[in-house]
Amino acid sequence: MRIEIVDAPIVADEIVAAMKAGSDGAVCVFDGIVRDNTRGRKTLHLDYEAYREMALAQMNALAVEAVERFGVRDVALVHRLGRLLVGETSVLIVVASAHRGAAFDACRWLIDTLKKTVPIWKKEQFVDGAVWADGEPFPEEIAPGGRV
Amino acid sequence: MRVLYFGVLKETLGRESEMVDLAEGACVADVLARFGNEEQMRSIAVAVNHEYARREDVLRDGDEVALLPPVSGGVR
Repeated sequence: MRIEIVDAPIVADEIVAAMKAGSDGAVCVFDGIVRDNTRGRKTLHLDYEAYREMALAQMNALAVEAVERFGVRDVALVHRLGRLLVGETSVLIVVASAHRGAAFDACRWLIDTLKKTVPIWKKEQFVDGAVWADGEPFPEEIAPGGRV
Repeated sequence: MRVLYFGVLKETLGRESEMVDLAEGACVADVLARFGNEEQMRSIAVAVNHEYARREDVLRDGDEVALLPPVSGGVR
């Protein structure tokens, strides 16, 4: 498994190519990129920060759980921090599996869970100001007011 | 113990960490109670030594406690 938090640009093509093995019938890729607006407000760039040691540990745990839960062969999870421009990759998820169904399911579960539980935050710099993104509430078992 | 702040909390508090002295047997809820803002604190997750903790978990000297605002979701 390739689990990384990086400060340099993520080269998606290389990571995807390196994940393929002979027993795979599918590689499912989620490439999360910086959008040029949030609810119509024009974005200049995003600043990502993390509780780095914990984020890495959480990402590792998610990858292990994905392999167990969905029976996929291998997972890569790479997240970038720092200032990212429109169109750049902030998070890359690659799931390699014998069959496509498990690869799609694991990939979807990984990005949805990562965005709720891995301690990474983003500040959105707009043309007319900056805000910390709202984020999704934590699951109830992590914060008691998570679903309020 | 050391308490770390992240995201919007770090910005509003104007610091990224501080040393906090708590009584013997203090728990996670006691750290949150120092901030008064109960409504905001309900949405905050707390990690102790890099793992999510519950409000009733008891803290020990030398623990690293982190207050984590909701993580950056993004619309599905």
